[in-house]
Amino acid sequence: MIRGFVAAGALALGLFAATGAVVAQNDPIAQRKAAMKAIGDAGRAPAAMLKGEAPFSLPAVQAALTAMQNAGKQGPALFPETSKTGGDTASLPKIWENKADFNAKLAKMDADATAAQTKIVDEASFKATYPELLKNCGGCHQDYRAKR
Amino acid sequence: MRKLILLALVLGLLGLGAFWFVTEPANAVARGDATLEQGGDAARGRAVFYAGGCASCHATPKQEDRLLLGGGLELKSPFGSFYAPNISPHPVDGIGRWSVADLANAMLAGVSPDGAHYYPAFPYASYARAKLEDVRDLMAFLRTLKPVEGRVRDHDLGFPFNVRRTLGVWKALYLDRTPLRDGPAQDASVNRGRYLVETLGHCAECHSARDPLGGIVPAHRLAGGPDPEGEGWVPNITPKGLKDWTRGDIMQLLELGLTPDGDSVGGSMNNVVRNMAELPKEDRAAIADYLLSLPPRDGPQKPAKK
Repeated sequence: MIRGFVAAGALALGLFAATGAVVAQNDPIAQRKAAMKAIGDAGRAPAAMLKGEAPFSLPAVQAALTAMQNAGKQGPALFPETSKTGGDTASLPKIWENKADFNAKLAKMDADATAAQTKIVDEASFKATYPELLKNCGGCHQDYRAKR
Repeated sequence: MRKLILLALVLGLLGLGAFWFVTEPANAVARGDATLEQGGDAARGRAVFYAGGCASCHATPKQEDRLLLGGGLELKSPFGSFYAPNISPHPVDGIGRWSVADLANAMLAGVSPDGAHYYPAFPYASYARAKLEDVRDLMAFLRTLKPVEGRVRDHDLGFPFNVRRTLGVWKALYLDRTPLRDGPAQDASVNRGRYLVETLGHCAECHSARDPLGGIVPAHRLAGGPDPEGEGWVPNITPKGLKDWTRGDIMQLLELGLTPDGDSVGGSMNNVVRNMAELPKEDRAAIADYLLSLPPRDGPQKPAKK
């Protein structure tokens, strides 16, 4: 009886998760926000290291770089013409007026993060390389994101 | 009856006279003061340039060199569109023929070399309280930059805002030209931060709510409000808005643009970060110390998300 209950619960949970994934796949606004949030979440640890509030950790830095690579690769597909409005988006119409520039900036974020994956090997190379990468954030947020 | 008409005429003339008197552009220094040409230091002027955020508006748009000050950026406002002028050392299209006194009158009094009022989109209401030496050093730096050709178009403003003389009224209401003095009991870093935030950095120009005439509301100073450039909301940077922020957080934002929650700043703040990153670390620390020393102020209520 208990076993059945647990199984049903697991099934329900699995279904729930699956539906969630399906919804997200049809919702580029939610998907791109998740990709950006992943950079922010993974980026907090390296930010603390730069402030001298946390000890250097190479895996944590690599996780942040991976999040940048992912967002850079997925980015162009996550801003279809149909996603200019609707949902809670801070993306500005300028994105679609300058799509080539926008996509080039996403590609640069990916390329720079990929290069940094091999370049950053210790604390010194981290402190020399990582702050430069962060300029890519402002590169898009200056023109393409509304103030909140 | 005739007496009444006469009285009205006299009062009208008096009013006009008063308007003319109040709106007369007043300089900060004597126009031909040649003594100001001595002793400017370009290296110190470079720091003034970045602290003042000159490149944010005056750098030629759509190119990466922030020291090409050809102007042309459009600043939208409720009064119309302003276009940042060319302040490169070009003798005709820029300010190549300006004296230090001309720059001082522009920055410290909002008056042009030909004696007209500037619009406060040029943040002289903040610069006005800066040190004359800083203006002199800034001019020494500006003169080292590359001349850029091309005059920028005129501002595009509706009546009555297109009548520059009316700005005299605005100045009478809002312009405070007394040099900023250090607070008596505060430490050197807080005072330095205060100078950077309140004069050169002109933080309050965006981070404060304004009244319908475009004057900063003192009770809301630095407490955020509607974005003067658009539709967004500018955050409160008094301790009320920086509740969970440490000194290190503020310094990191000013250097790298990162917020403690892992986001990165955008819009015009991105250029501010690029400017602040050029300053010595002590200056970013000073700004943090000053902001954290402020009384927590409430800004206007932010509208609910649509």
